[in-house]
This record gives sequence, C-alpha cells and structure tokens, in this order.
Amino acid sequence: MIPSSDRAVVVGAGLAALRGAEAMRACGFSGSVTIVGAEPYRPYDRPPLSKHVLTGEIQADATTLPSSLGADVNWRLGSPAVRLDRGAQTLHLADGEALSYDRLHIAAGTRARPWSNPHEGRLDGVFTLRGRDDAAALRAALAARPRRVLVIGGGFIGCEVASLCRHLGLRVTLVEPGPTPLARVLGSTVGALIGAIHGGRGVDLRCGSEVEWLEDAGGRFVRAHLTDGTRIDADVAVIALGAVRNTEWLDGAGLSADPGGVDCDAVGYVLDADGQPDPRIAAAGDVARFPHPLYGGRRVALEHWSQAVAQGIHAGRLLAGAKPEGPYGALPTFWSTQGDVVIKSAGLTEGADALAFTQGEPASGRFIAVYGREGRCIAAVSVDSARWLPAHAEMVATGAPFPPRGAAADRPAKGIAIHAPGFP
Amino acid sequence: MSVLADASSSPPPGLRVSVDLNLCQAYAQCCYAAPRHFRIEGHEALIYDPAPGVQDRADIERARIACPVQAIRVEDPERGP
Amino acid sequence: MPDATLLNQVKDFANRANPYPVYAKLRENPVSRQDDGTESGTWVASTHATIASLLQDPRVSSETLPPADRPRTGNPLTDLLVKPLKDWMMNRHRVFIFRDPPDHDVLRASVMHQFSRARIQAMRTRSERLVADLLDEKCGAREIDAVDDLAYPLPVTVICELFGVPREDEPKFHGWATQLATALEPDSLSDRKIRDENSRTFDAIGGYMAELIKEKRKHPQDDMLSGLANEATPEGVKMGDYDLIATSILMLVAGHETTVNLITNGLLTLLRHPDQLERLRQDPERAPRLIEELLRYEPPVQFRTRKTLSSIDIAGVTIPEGADLVLLLASGNRDGTVFPDPDRFDPDRARSRHLGFGGSLHYCVGAPLARFEAEAALTALAKRLKAPRLVEDPPPYRSGAALRGPEHLRVAIDGIV
Repeated sequence: MIPSSDRAVVVGAGLAALRGAEAMRACGFSGSVTIVGAEPYRPYDRPPLSKHVLTGEIQADATTLPSSLGADVNWRLGSPAVRLDRGAQTLHLADGEALSYDRLHIAAGTRARPWSNPHEGRLDGVFTLRGRDDAAALRAALAARPRRVLVIGGGFIGCEVASLCRHLGLRVTLVEPGPTPLARVLGSTVGALIGAIHGGRGVDLRCGSEVEWLEDAGGRFVRAHLTDGTRIDADVAVIALGAVRNTEWLDGAGLSADPGGVDCDAVGYVLDADGQPDPRIAAAGDVARFPHPLYGGRRVALEHWSQAVAQGIHAGRLLAGAKPEGPYGALPTFWSTQGDVVIKSAGLTEGADALAFTQGEPASGRFIAVYGREGRCIAAVSVDSARWLPAHAEMVATGAPFPPRGAAADRPAKGIAIHAPGFP
Repeated sequence: MSVLADASSSPPPGLRVSVDLNLCQAYAQCCYAAPRHFRIEGHEALIYDPAPGVQDRADIERARIACPVQAIRVEDPERGP
Repeated sequence: MPDATLLNQVKDFANRANPYPVYAKLRENPVSRQDDGTESGTWVASTHATIASLLQDPRVSSETLPPADRPRTGNPLTDLLVKPLKDWMMNRHRVFIFRDPPDHDVLRASVMHQFSRARIQAMRTRSERLVADLLDEKCGAREIDAVDDLAYPLPVTVICELFGVPREDEPKFHGWATQLATALEPDSLSDRKIRDENSRTFDAIGGYMAELIKEKRKHPQDDMLSGLANEATPEGVKMGDYDLIATSILMLVAGHETTVNLITNGLLTLLRHPDQLERLRQDPERAPRLIEELLRYEPPVQFRTRKTLSSIDIAGVTIPEGADLVLLLASGNRDGTVFPDPDRFDPDRARSRHLGFGGSLHYCVGAPLARFEAEAALTALAKRLKAPRLVEDPPPYRSGAALRGPEHLRVAIDGIV
C-alpha cells in the first residue's frame, strides 16, 4: 500500500496526463496529485480542433475532456515546467514555483513546429494549429471568409484543415514537398488516392512544391512564394509542418532525452543518461519514446490519441505501484477525419516493402490497404472502411503472412496485386 | 503565482462527451439515440457535441449505452463519470 | 452420431425455454465441429472473442443460402423455361442479410438512407402512443397475453406504418412473416419442404409488394417504401425492382419476427426479477440500460449462420474452406470472460459489448427502432400493470431456435392503470 503522504506530479495537462492521473487514482493511489500544464486550461480533446472547431460547430472551449478525477487534484495551469532536479526530486515551473514529487508522470506532449522564419511566422494571417487558442484564432480567421487559404504541409493536420476549408466553401491550396499528401506516413501509393479524393473536392494540391517565403505587406501575410517561382495569393496561411516534442525542460536532468522524445524502458520507466530506469518516473503520450515489442523493439514515439490513452493509463498504473503485466506494446492506431472521409490505421507503416489492397476498391475511395514487410503484415489502413479494419488489425498484431492468403468477401475481383508502397 | 483552478480554467457546466474514434465503426446508434448531438457525415465521419447540456442527459445516456463498441465516454457533473 | 451433437441440442425444442446450459457446454470449446452428416460438418463459435472475430472476418461470407431451386409444378413449360429463369432471378436478388459486399453495402445503404433519424424519432413517439392504446384496450382485464396484446401488434404496426403498408392488408403478413422467418433456422437450408413453402410464400408476398410498389410510384407518400421506390441515395443508387421487393420483404419480416421477442423476453425477464421491474417503474430512465442488458441476456436472435470462403485458424482449430458456421450470439453474451457473473441479469453492467444485434457489416438495421419500441413497451408495462404475475413459467415457446421467444406470455394482473 502506498503511503498517502506520497506526492505525484504530472507534467503536462493533455490526454496522456489526464488518463495517467485517473489510472493512478483508479489503482488506489491516495497521495496528492498535482497536474502541471503550460496552457491555462484543463485537459481538452485535440482532434476536434482541426475539424469542427474550425467550422464553428464546436466551440474551442467545449472540448474539455470528460474525467473521473473529481476535485481531489491540484491544478498548476498556465505555467510550464522549466527544469527537473532529480536529485532533489523537484520540478521547477516557469513562474518560480518548485514542486516536490515522489512519483513523476511525464506527459509533456508536443507543440506545433513553427515556420522556419520567425518574422514571417508572426505575420497576421499566419497560423499554426495545436492548442485550443490556435484553433479559436484560426476559426475566427476562416469565419472572415478569406479569399484563399494556403496550407503548408500535407500531413494529417494539413489535409484535415484543407478539407474543412472546402467544407466551408473556401478556396484552398495545399503545398506539400512530397510526391503526394501523407506520403511520409502512408506512402505515395495510398497518398495519391487520398490526394485524388481531396483534389476531387476542390483542394488545389501542389505536391512536389515548397514554400520559400511568406510575403509581408504591412505586417499582414498576403502571398506565398514557392521555390519554383510560383506565387500564391492568400489571406490565411496554416503552417502544418508537424510537431516538436517538449523535452527542453529536461536538459540537465540526467535523463535520456532529446528532441525526439524521452526514452523509456520496455515497462515504461524513464531511462537516465546511463540507460538505467528511474522507478519514480514514467512517461506517456507524444513525448515518450519506447521500444515497441511488435516492431522488434524499435524505439518509437507515437503522436496518436489512442497511444496517449493506453500509455497514459499504463504509466499511471505503474506509478501507482501496480505490477506491470509486461512490456508496454499496444497496437498503434489512429484516425483522421478529412472532411467527410475517415482514414484509420493500425500498426506502423515504417519500413514497409509492399502494399496490397485487400478489401473494397481503391478507385471508389473506400478500401483497405495492407502494408507488408519481409512477408508479414505490419500495418493496415482503412479509408471509409472501418468495419474491415479490426480483422486487419488482428493480422498486424499477430504478424500474419503478407500478402493475406485465401478468398475473402469483397476482395477485389482481380485478386491481390502487390504494389510498391511508395515511401521516399 | 501560477493560475490555479479558477473559474477561467474550470470547464463550463454541463455534460462532457468524448468518443474514441479509433473504436467507432459508424454504427450510428448514437445518432438515432441523440440526434441533436451526434451525426454521421459521408460514410463514417462521426461529428458529436462534446459539451451537451444537462437537459439532454437521457438521450446522451441512451447514446452511450447503445454504442456497440462502447466508444462513448460521458462525464456528468451531477452524477460522476 | 449427429443426433447427439450439442448443436442438435440447441435446435431441440425441449431446450427452447432454457438453451443456456447447452451453450455453456459448447463454450468449453470456443469453436467446435458439430457432426451434421456432411464431410465438413457445421462449426459452432460459442465464445465472445471467436464470434466477434468471425463476424468481422473477411473470409466469412453471409451467402449461406443454397442455390434457388423452386418447386416443380408439373407443367413442363413452367418447369423447363420459367423455373430456371426464376431461380436465376432469385439467386441474383437475395435479401441483403444473405449477401456480401459490395452488393450488400449498396442495398443496405439505400435502406439506411431511408431509415432516417427523423423517421425513427417519429416512430419513437408513435410507439408510445400505440402502446398506450393497446393497453387501454385491455383495461379491466385480469389477464393479458403480452404477445398477442402488445409485443406482436406493436412492432407490426410500426413496421407497416414505416413502410407504408395499408393497415387493412397487415393481417396477410402474419402468416407470410412466420413462414419466411424459418429461413434463419439452419434446417430450412436443407429441408425441401420448408424451402418449397418459403418459395411459394416469397412469391405471394412478392406479388403483393410489386403491386404496392407500383402504387407508391404512382402516389408517393412519406414512407420508406415510397422513398426506396422513388429516390436515389446521395451516391446516386436506386434499387432495381427485384432488389426492392426482396429488401422490403426482409424489412417487413424482420419487423414482424424479432422485436416481438425482445419485448416478450423483456417482460418475462422483468417478471422473473421483480426488483428490476419495480426499479423501472420508479425510474423509467433506467429503460435503455435495461434493454441493452436484455439484448445480452435474452437476445431475440440467438444465432446467425455463415460460410467460410477460406480455411480459418481460430482458437486452436482450423475451420475448413466452405464450412457452415453457426455464430452463437446468445452464447457469446453469456461468456464469463467478458461478462462477469454472466447468468445474472444486471442492467448496471459497465461497457457491455453484447452481440445481441450481431456486429460488423450486418449489424441489425432495425436496432434503433427495436430499442425505442422495447423502451415504450417495457416502461408502460412497468408503470401500468397492477401486480403482474406470470401464469406459467416457463411460458410456451415458438418453434424457432434462432429467432427464439415465447409464443404466448400470460400475465395475471389486478388491472391496468
């Protein structure tokens, strides 16, 4: 039984932090729980921010997450952690406060990667999208009916924003240096299909293009200049270049941490600089880099909603003193709602050497793509075919042979053709 | 002084809903149970109201219970999660 | 020998009132081969995990019906020319519960498009009114038959109104629906007599529907059949006549043969758990969770059949290609590894992923309607029946093992308030 004088501190006030704190309580942890957040808000749900918050259907402040925590929590919101002193078991906040801990849950998350030129990034009309305030600001800009929106980056957030702009009837151009949208995560074969869907709905896609600079007219963004000399006039630019992990505050803490994340052992404890686990500290969510048992122990940090939940709960249980059932290794899953199209994924596509469409019809915009590596299924992606995904997720979880064998309902009549996944 | 749990950082009163959209398979049972708070766009894009009023508690509860994959989570300030 | 198989015990009418002990025996082997006299046998999945897995497995097909083979008439012209044509048409236009994607998806999407939220909400209110009227008719009675007096007429009226079947024609459906519902019983697939009778019934009801569809085209009304006959889906799909006839027959039969069991099983279960009946009476908001638990505890559809398109390794066995499958939904619902204390009726279970409406592509289309109808019926029964007692327990059951429910449910009462 854990003495009730124990102090738990949670760094971060997002989904992984919240679920971790809840799991500690659910496991019987009766000490104090303090949650430290950089933003002045209780934990909120991010997925709606790049979707129907932008259409105005959902208010940004309505996204506060449901929670079982109740009142028995100390919130330290609006002041981020700036330094960790493991020797003194103390966490220092930006406002000067020092919090002592016996158990530390690191769920500091990520922030939007800013535009490379800070001056251009601060122009009126230039936005990033990560937090609640970002979403509210972008919503206001979209509600003003800009003549054109420029989305820089064809990853998930970029595609979601671009499709939402079309939903709002706004002109939108998406600039992506890769050959197709989502090429880094899904490969260009599936990426091209997604691109075709967006193109068909009126997104002006500029793949293989790069924005060189953003033009300033009296402090306002007015147009983007591409490296090939093309100019795109727009009132709004959305920088969707991915995320940066919040690890700077760990500098000097003697932990194995870098901009790629903070390292955990297989169980979930954070590793120190010598590679030894610190049993007082666990990490979860976007910032936690851990060896994934499904992928040969490859170290991954996953920015997935489901990962924040599952790993957050895992870390919370660990810190509450529950015996770990084994290495943490939930099957990675994510979804992305792009306008009215839903993309879902199970597994990790990295390293795939082959691809097969096993259900549905790629040309119809509804299909399952299975990714193989060395004759095994490593990932499956569903486009508007969610009910086929669990069976394929199972194939990924068990490392079933690739390509899948045998006849199946709704298998494309031509049988299984093997494609190159098209990773750069 | 850091911002404590003051009025500005507390969630507004009402219910809190979140849906695990990894689990969701667009069975749309929530849309029938609580049509004002859940709807499907396209084939399977679920749009939901994350902060329904307490007056709609019964329908939200219907939606939560009816979900075949139990993907809906509700926090009710008066009844607990 | 086949007669002794557990699957035959499931089908055995003697076990109709309580098939659950047989299911428990079946769960000792999550997937088991049951000798049915054929080479591949019938494979029964009885645990939650195996059923859930097979329901969503792309190697599992719903196209279980044998090729159409209509009864011969003795007229050589009919038998040689018309029959093959009709058989061909039958095969091409099966109802969508017996079809796989992509055809299944197209037909189902058409139905779902008409099964709008507004229509279902309207039927929710309508159900409450119908229940009130049906109970009013029994005012002063000292005994009711919950089946004849409420559980049957309610869903039948609802589905007929929803589809726009004229009220005066409704009695015709009673016999047709009962006959066609046998298609869900495994033996009907092989029993020549049942198959012939089903063909004749399908012709009769099909003839009726063809006329009705003509009428709906001439004078469209605000009902589902008018919608299906005259409007395309957002994807631009409009059913052909044969699919439309088959689909409307399916919906009407389902409306006649399933919700009746949910309501009757519901009242029976509540009368066996008077504390739950009392709690419902005091708090009608408990109805949704109670109904969800009923769908777990006594589901109206106990099992569904499937076929394997490839061999499947599952739970330590290999089901061969082309094998008949029985997915024992009602047994999965009593799986103690998923539902602690599974034989206890407990509406307050957390996060119940029951299989009462099936799952995956073929998840029950009418589920929302069934829930609202059952809610209307059970809350009213709890509120209005004075001192209800079962006259006989167990009650007499209908013959079906797949579509299982009491034939009559006599309830003694001190009156209706």
